[in-house]
Amino acid sequence: MTFADLPEIAEGAVKQALAAGASDAECTIGEGSEFAANVRLGQLETLKESGSRGAGLRVLFDKRMGASYTSDLTPEGIRRMVQSAIDLAAVTTEDPDAALPDPSELGSIDGDLKLYSPDIETLPADTKIDYAKRAEAAALAHDPRITNSEGGSFDSNIGGRVFANSRGFIGSYRSTYCSISAVPIAVENGAMERDYWYSMARSVSGLEDPEYVGRKAGERAVRRLGAVKVETQRVPVVFDPRMARSLIGEIAEAVDGRAIYRNASFLAGKLGEKIASSKMTVVDDGTIPGLFGSQPFDDEGVPTRRTVVIENGVLQSYLLNTYAARKLGLKSTGSASRGITGNAGIGHGNFYLERGEKTPEQIIAGVRNGFYVTELIGTGVNTVTGDYSRGAAGLWIRDGELAFAVSEVTIASTLQEMFGNIAEIGSDLEFRGSIAAPTVMIGEMTVAGR
Amino acid sequence: MAFSDSFFAAKFGITQRDLENYISEALGRGGDYADLYFEYLATSSINIDESIVKSATQGVSLGVGVRVIAGERTGYAYSDDLSPERIRHAAQVAAMIASEPSKVEKTPLHEGPKRNLYPVLTAPSETAFRERVELAQRADRAARAYDSRIFQVNITYADNVREVLVATSDGVLNFDRQPLARISVSAIARNGSGAPQQGYSGGGGRYELDFFRNQRTPEYFAQEAARQAIVQLDAVDAPAGEQTVVLGPGWPGVLLHEAVGHGLEADFNRKGVSAFSGRIGQQVASPLCTVVDDGTMSGRRGSLNVDDEGNQTQRNVLIENGILRGYLQDKLSSRITKSVATGNGRRESYEHIPMPRMTNTFMLAGESDPEEIIRSVPRGLYCANFGGGQVDITSGNFVFSASESYLIEDGKLTRPVRNATLIGNGPEAMKYVSMVGKDLKLDEGIGVCGKEGQSVPVGVGIPTVRIDRMTVGGTA
Repeated sequence: MTFADLPEIAEGAVKQALAAGASDAECTIGEGSEFAANVRLGQLETLKESGSRGAGLRVLFDKRMGASYTSDLTPEGIRRMVQSAIDLAAVTTEDPDAALPDPSELGSIDGDLKLYSPDIETLPADTKIDYAKRAEAAALAHDPRITNSEGGSFDSNIGGRVFANSRGFIGSYRSTYCSISAVPIAVENGAMERDYWYSMARSVSGLEDPEYVGRKAGERAVRRLGAVKVETQRVPVVFDPRMARSLIGEIAEAVDGRAIYRNASFLAGKLGEKIASSKMTVVDDGTIPGLFGSQPFDDEGVPTRRTVVIENGVLQSYLLNTYAARKLGLKSTGSASRGITGNAGIGHGNFYLERGEKTPEQIIAGVRNGFYVTELIGTGVNTVTGDYSRGAAGLWIRDGELAFAVSEVTIASTLQEMFGNIAEIGSDLEFRGSIAAPTVMIGEMTVAGR
Repeated sequence: MAFSDSFFAAKFGITQRDLENYISEALGRGGDYADLYFEYLATSSINIDESIVKSATQGVSLGVGVRVIAGERTGYAYSDDLSPERIRHAAQVAAMIASEPSKVEKTPLHEGPKRNLYPVLTAPSETAFRERVELAQRADRAARAYDSRIFQVNITYADNVREVLVATSDGVLNFDRQPLARISVSAIARNGSGAPQQGYSGGGGRYELDFFRNQRTPEYFAQEAARQAIVQLDAVDAPAGEQTVVLGPGWPGVLLHEAVGHGLEADFNRKGVSAFSGRIGQQVASPLCTVVDDGTMSGRRGSLNVDDEGNQTQRNVLIENGILRGYLQDKLSSRITKSVATGNGRRESYEHIPMPRMTNTFMLAGESDPEEIIRSVPRGLYCANFGGGQVDITSGNFVFSASESYLIEDGKLTRPVRNATLIGNGPEAMKYVSMVGKDLKLDEGIGVCGKEGQSVPVGVGIPTVRIDRMTVGGTA
């Protein structure tokens, strides 16, 4: 069985469900194969290589749904999966809004999204292991205080996805990605600090040099040494791009159509209102070739698109699948997302904060006393209320310069105040994942420490 | 039960000879050790939102993982197809890690001792689906009935049954049937058109469905979620800076999981990358603190008859009267450090390499009266419930997020405060524990622990404790 055989299996499952009396059905098949090599202190530590497949089915009997999945794609396995979904539809209750997308909404965007690169399949394992070794070696060589390591890694993944539904949609695509990373540990006066850096791309040729990745990881680990806990105070807080990404991710969660129709988001009912600084424009775009949030159609068979979510601080759009759109009297934004089974949830494409003018150095230079955050830990963000409180580490800014390392503190505010009070947005936007942001400076937050 | 009657033997015709052949194949290029992990997982879930059964899903997956260890190197491969050709292929891929003649002496497989920590005749996932839907519906009704200010209720009921078989080159042959079920409830409340507040509760374990009828009913979890949402409506801003913190009993035990548990996992310590590395025998907590990790508690969510490497789980003392006693081991780390296995080798599925992981982690009860602990604090924060937590094991800094807490003023709980994160440093934070209550309570059975991309079910527990100094991440 190859990838080319899967569309027929998906269509077959849909047909079987209809033949058994379902009014609608949708089938997803996913496959993936992974390669992972981890090298530690110059020696190969783990090597993993394998793949698996799974199929999922969702059926509607008018307004009642049932869903199932299986890792057994043989005819007998598929038959059991179909029966299993049908059995469940008998015990659910009617959901007046349950339906597939209208056929006029279905489709796939044209053009090559450059999601798949054959160079990942042909790259020899030895070369992959060598990339991991080189990244770690560069991190270890960066500074004498880097004396230990959690290693260097090379990971690659080849995935395939097929979707078919009873409204006539059938589509499939393959995708690849690979990454190099290094996790060095710096030691000084008996205290250890760890940091990491990585490069990720759809093709091997798109990766940054392993040496660059290693050095960057080394720099980040070393500059955390000698960290102190500062006094509790209210100061400007600058998020480096990696941390700003997590902040923009909170917006993706807050504009999720499900949270909106449930009134479980601080952005519910705010469409057309100013909810952030006019410096802020946030876009969701699933159509940019080669990026990690791109795909030709969403997980309901609706084409992906570019959606302006926040424009100059005004909330312009939520992210919607068919169900949430129906609930809110709006149209799907092509944002349906699911594993391989069940109701579609809501995800995002390339969700990013548009770049500003200043370089990160210029932003930092404008801060007299503030906190440059390079690490955040914990789950202390509540997108229902907007409450924000997370563990943080980074560097203290004194008179426009990075002065000393800080750790074991928290930063707190509310998302409403933070987005309303964005003082600067950097020019350093890079797409290292499906969410991206440049450096962001918030006018003031509470840093809790001593 | 004999192996010949076990799940994989009966359903897939796998024999001891097959297992021995696959292990030989895995050691075909050398290596010191090899193992096989067969897994069959059947799951179901129900979601109720807006009082509608919005989804009901069930399915099965199965596969086998093959691991080869050569020195400190691990090769791993898996297959979602149990045909002999595919298993042999996986064994050959895993074998690529080794390149020297095998030194392993053939040890015939023998079945290990048996016990049953979860004597479940009918797993929840083998019960009629409608009965499980009814339990979820009861939770929905109870949360809505609790208070008219509750306006959104979401119920998830999920269960699974996992059949596992482990065979190793050092002769271990073990199999287990692991049922698990939970209900979780989220409720959102508001005053008129005011800002919404959320409450969350849930629980379960390795029990029959009757657990939810007799011991912990859907109403119990629903009312708890609704209560927390209503409490938050009156919450004031949390304080910022160092405070005296009192943790309530039960789920706040997540402190132990983050502050010490992860830092004591043997892989990090073997590599010298944990803030606890090389500290066995040292004082890392106040003498009032004794912390154990116990995988042998009947029916608990974090319990296992055997870990995912075929070893029996056990009760391991991590900290005894404040002194660091031991690490949590898996096979690889215990081989390299020549330590005794502790039964903590766990993995998310057959696609994953096992690692040292926690089971049920808790602090033993002390002698203080919980009321007296609160009365002893002139000014501070009482944390009754937490969301999740996280730790940077290298620096030792950890956080956990309070979802229900109250100001303590003159020894009394006064106003509820908004969500806030607490932060501390692992080997230091617990030195400030000055009182430990006699009210040890375990959590309700909802915990999921993530490490290096792998999630496993765990439990936590703690009595009421007073911590004299901890940084609270509020804004006031």
